[in-house]
Amino acid sequence: MTRRAPVVWRTATVRGVVAESHHARTLVLDVPEWPGHRAGQHVDLRLTAEDGYQAQRSYSIASAPELDALEITVELIDDGEVSPYLVEEVRPGDQFEVRGPIGGHFTWSVPDGGPLLLIGGGSGLVPLMSMLRHRAARRSEVETRLLVSARGAEDALHSDELASLEPSAGLHVAWTFTRTPPPGWTGWARRVDAAMLAELGPGPDAGARSFVCGPTPFVERVAELLVEAGHDPRAIHAERFGPTGG
Amino acid sequence: MPPFSRGFHGRRRADVDPSRLPPGQYLTPDFPVLSAGPTPHTPLDEWSLTIDGAVDAAVSWSWEAFLALPTETFTVDIHCVTKWSKLDTTWTGVSVDTLLKDVETAADYVTAWSDGDYTTNVPLEDLTGGRAWVVHTYDAAPLEPEHGGPARLLVPHLYFWKSAKWLRGLTLTVQDEPGFWESVGYHNYGDPWREQRYWSD
Repeated sequence: MTRRAPVVWRTATVRGVVAESHHARTLVLDVPEWPGHRAGQHVDLRLTAEDGYQAQRSYSIASAPELDALEITVELIDDGEVSPYLVEEVRPGDQFEVRGPIGGHFTWSVPDGGPLLLIGGGSGLVPLMSMLRHRAARRSEVETRLLVSARGAEDALHSDELASLEPSAGLHVAWTFTRTPPPGWTGWARRVDAAMLAELGPGPDAGARSFVCGPTPFVERVAELLVEAGHDPRAIHAERFGPTGG
Repeated sequence: MPPFSRGFHGRRRADVDPSRLPPGQYLTPDFPVLSAGPTPHTPLDEWSLTIDGAVDAAVSWSWEAFLALPTETFTVDIHCVTKWSKLDTTWTGVSVDTLLKDVETAADYVTAWSDGDYTTNVPLEDLTGGRAWVVHTYDAAPLEPEHGGPARLLVPHLYFWKSAKWLRGLTLTVQDEPGFWESVGYHNYGDPWREQRYWSD
């Protein structure tokens, strides 16, 4: 059992904002006395209006534990209450509260080893980015395969960063575009299926740790494909998010 | 005093009775899914529900025997620790009181366990007195696998992770034994009205 810091609200100050796509952006936060996190964990975030009204949501941490800031990448949800504020309104210097880190199942650290199979649908890539950034920060060469399913090139988060990470020994990054592939694209252009996972590897006998994150139907389907392919269900870690409330 | 979030106004719901929404929760019309692994699919002819542990004699029901138990249909509000709440959900299932009717025990705690190696711990007194059920029907239809079918525990007065999906047994224990989420930093009891989300709450 590891020692845990109390999960208390701390003031976060926005250091910077980075546009990631037309509907997602990364908030770079300064959080004094942040106790640190493991890649894959999330935070609770609380906004307070001037009249005292509050709203809370949970967001995956995007940054590596090694970074001197806490980053979250937020996707805009139509009709949402919190995500439009975070994606369209927030600017450097603004403040809200966060508490965490939260979650001890969907996490990975270099000493956990591999091989790693990371599969993200849409902004389900975010906690996987934390793992990949952690892996890079530690110069780990753990065998890692990442599959990202995006609707189109304009929805593809972090494609430049992933391309820059990929020369790392042991890392293979694959994309599939389910709606509008980029011009000239010759790779996968369909929903994740059994043939795609077989080609991606590693096979079920490799003893991979799998992390699958995305919208509920995506995670249900991919986790089921992995089980059917023979992967040990206990080694499949799932994080589902619904298109709700946001 | 929390900092004000400049430019945040929020979207207050005039149509929501605040007495039904615990602190920090928001209402959803959807039924989101939260589980830590793949959805298990246990065939009904291999399914059983067992009560064991600190009991004089373990009892077990096959799917047919479970369906033959007296049921209750009831409507409750549910609250997930990930912040969504859903009002007026209607379920049919067997009261835990009914399952424990002939069980003799000195236990004060229960570990609910499920297909997929999930566990969660609940004080026995929170599962009795008409406050918990093992349900197989949601909204007059068989409970979908992704929502915990064929049968799940339902303890609506605690955060929804206590309502173990894919339930296969209740193990009565003398000592309180933290379950899956309780072991990784979530609150041991999980009362949404006291916002007991994490261990230090």
